[in-house]
Amino acid sequence: MSKQDTITNFDAVKEIVATYRDMPGCLMTILQKTQDEYGYLPFEIQDAIAEELGIPTSEVYGVATFYSQFSLVKKGDYLISVCLGTACYVKNSQLILDRLALELGIEIGATTEDYKFTLEPTRCLGCCGLAPVMTINDDVYGGIVPNDIPDILAKY
Amino acid sequence: MEKMVNFKINGIPVSVPEGTTVLEAARTLNIKIPTLCYLKGINEIGACRMCLVEIKGSKALQPSCVYPAAEGIEVLTNSERVRKTRKKNLELILSDHKRECTTCIRSENCELQKMSKELGLEEVTITGERSGHKVEVNTAIVRDESKCIFCKRCISVCNKVQSLGALAAANRGFKAIAQPIFGKSLEEVNCIQCGQCVINCPVGALYEKDDTEKALSFIDDPELYTVAVTAPAVRAALAEEFGYPIGTDATGKMVTAGKMLGFDKVFDVNFAADLTIMEEGTELIGRIKNGGTLPMITSCSPGWINYCEKNYPGQLANLSTCKSPQGMIGALVKTHFAQMNNIDPKKIRVVSIMPCTAKKTEIVRPQLSNNGMQDIDVVLTTREYARIIKGAGIDFKNIPDSAFDEYYDEGTGAAVIFGATGGVMEAALRTAIEVITGEVSDKVDYPQVRGVEGIKEFEVTAGGLTLKACVAHGGANIRKVMDEVKAGTSPYHFIEIMACPGGCVNGGGQPIVDAQTKAVIDIRAERAKVLYNRDANNPLRKSHDNPSIKRIYEEFLTEPNSHKSHELLHTHYEAKPKYK
Repeated sequence: MSKQDTITNFDAVKEIVATYRDMPGCLMTILQKTQDEYGYLPFEIQDAIAEELGIPTSEVYGVATFYSQFSLVKKGDYLISVCLGTACYVKNSQLILDRLALELGIEIGATTEDYKFTLEPTRCLGCCGLAPVMTINDDVYGGIVPNDIPDILAKY
Repeated sequence: MEKMVNFKINGIPVSVPEGTTVLEAARTLNIKIPTLCYLKGINEIGACRMCLVEIKGSKALQPSCVYPAAEGIEVLTNSERVRKTRKKNLELILSDHKRECTTCIRSENCELQKMSKELGLEEVTITGERSGHKVEVNTAIVRDESKCIFCKRCISVCNKVQSLGALAAANRGFKAIAQPIFGKSLEEVNCIQCGQCVINCPVGALYEKDDTEKALSFIDDPELYTVAVTAPAVRAALAEEFGYPIGTDATGKMVTAGKMLGFDKVFDVNFAADLTIMEEGTELIGRIKNGGTLPMITSCSPGWINYCEKNYPGQLANLSTCKSPQGMIGALVKTHFAQMNNIDPKKIRVVSIMPCTAKKTEIVRPQLSNNGMQDIDVVLTTREYARIIKGAGIDFKNIPDSAFDEYYDEGTGAAVIFGATGGVMEAALRTAIEVITGEVSDKVDYPQVRGVEGIKEFEVTAGGLTLKACVAHGGANIRKVMDEVKAGTSPYHFIEIMACPGGCVNGGGQPIVDAQTKAVIDIRAERAKVLYNRDANNPLRKSHDNPSIKRIYEEFLTEPNSHKSHELLHTHYEAKPKYK
């Protein structure tokens, strides 16, 4: 299955819903687990969740669009988050973000065509001593300058 | 006995049953607390912050629509703090609302506009970016996000009352808005264009697609022969648009206005309602006798047809093949009437006055065209009809009554009650029982199928045949009944379904009544009374007694369910996806 294909296999959705459906307020957990499984929550996934739970798709959509942790579009294998919190910002993290956009050839918030990288700004990551900070999935890069970016990207 | 709680509002003692909200308790003292998002029993969420009141000893102001009355509390509904806070909240709402009242369709019938006046708001001092801009035009319903105040009434009605879920509470914070999922249009989701969202929108964010200019252009064209046809429920509500109380019968003035507007003929859809009973009744008896698909379900409500095609595509064979009365009369005007009067059907334009927005989607169905001509050329809702009457300068209050034009004139009492839930069932029973037994029956009233209860069951035995019937209205009730049909456990022979709660009298095209009025008056029942009164006062109570019906079978259709009837008066349905 190529990454852009419409999802047709909903076995995981069914399993996740079956596991959590009796839990009060289960929709949040179901959305989180489903996103972990599929990487994002496109229309057909939300519709499948709604169908399994017996609620309107619009209700699922309302929750999915309320929380920023959920994505309706497919993201890259590597999520690059650049901190724009106060400490990082005064240490020029915006320049890091701009350089990443330039190197990847995408807008901030977008995903590369090969679905390898998604570039997003983020709020304070809680390690201001390392400012400016960015993360690529679980890897943390602190005290970086824009010229470090090409080498860092080359690792992935 | 229910437990009472005693407390004070503005120093006045009040005693209400436990569980009553402060808003409702205040109403018993004739104190109206302003509301925007409140819709009794449907949307009580304390979101708009207009109903805030001060509770002595409580730090924050409380939304009275969700604050339960409690023993000994002291409520202030009009303190300086309350007034100031409400005004500021109103200002905030208005700062994100496209304030162009003079050209807004809801001007003078807008809860937001009214509130600004009632609260004495003099200026909106908050300016800045606005959140919604999109205007989405569908076949019957327009959605204007620049007017949406995110009260969520439309969402609740669509979800809870209609069981459709076409609208979502999308996004968060400043960008939060009521809209269909994934940026789709209403037509691309599970919307049936019933218009229940429209009649429950406090502002001009949801409204009917206006077809008044199209209708007027037909009248203006001297080459065209224009015919207006009016649905049963329009007469029960049209007067409200001209300041009359809810429950005023406007039949005579409705006809006069049509003639003054310049229609060549004003016919009554009631005639076609009687015809529907003949065709549908015959179809039902045929299905019972010949082992056809049962239960048979009525097909008059276009919102219901849209609902069935999208939600129960496997049950389309249960639908009666009869066109709706609107479809029938349109087809007849362009065939029978045209032939009998030597009028070229290509030059006829039929303008249908309906209590319904979904009727606008019905007329463009390809099945409802004949020889390349639509049976009905344009649908005007009751509201649009009122607008063209006002626009033409017709003094509605002072015009006399007139009768419908001959040929398809006012039907029987059985026809006029089509506009209320249970009406089609009652009309069908009056005729079916006489057809089955071959005898004239004294029984005409079936109170069991009247009223606003969501699902009404009924059993009648005639000529050795026991007929089990059911009446459902409003999407959530429909879903219960249809799930049984789908599961094959439905015990009925015949089901009447109307998409709107209360039937057509409360259709999406009817005059819009504000939420606070609807909290104390059941407009469905009040408007239905008009129809039941007309029924009781009509010397003809049974569809088969209508002389015009007898005539049309004699001179044109031969007999119910004849070849000609099938060609002109029957239709078919197709499964449609919920989401496109």
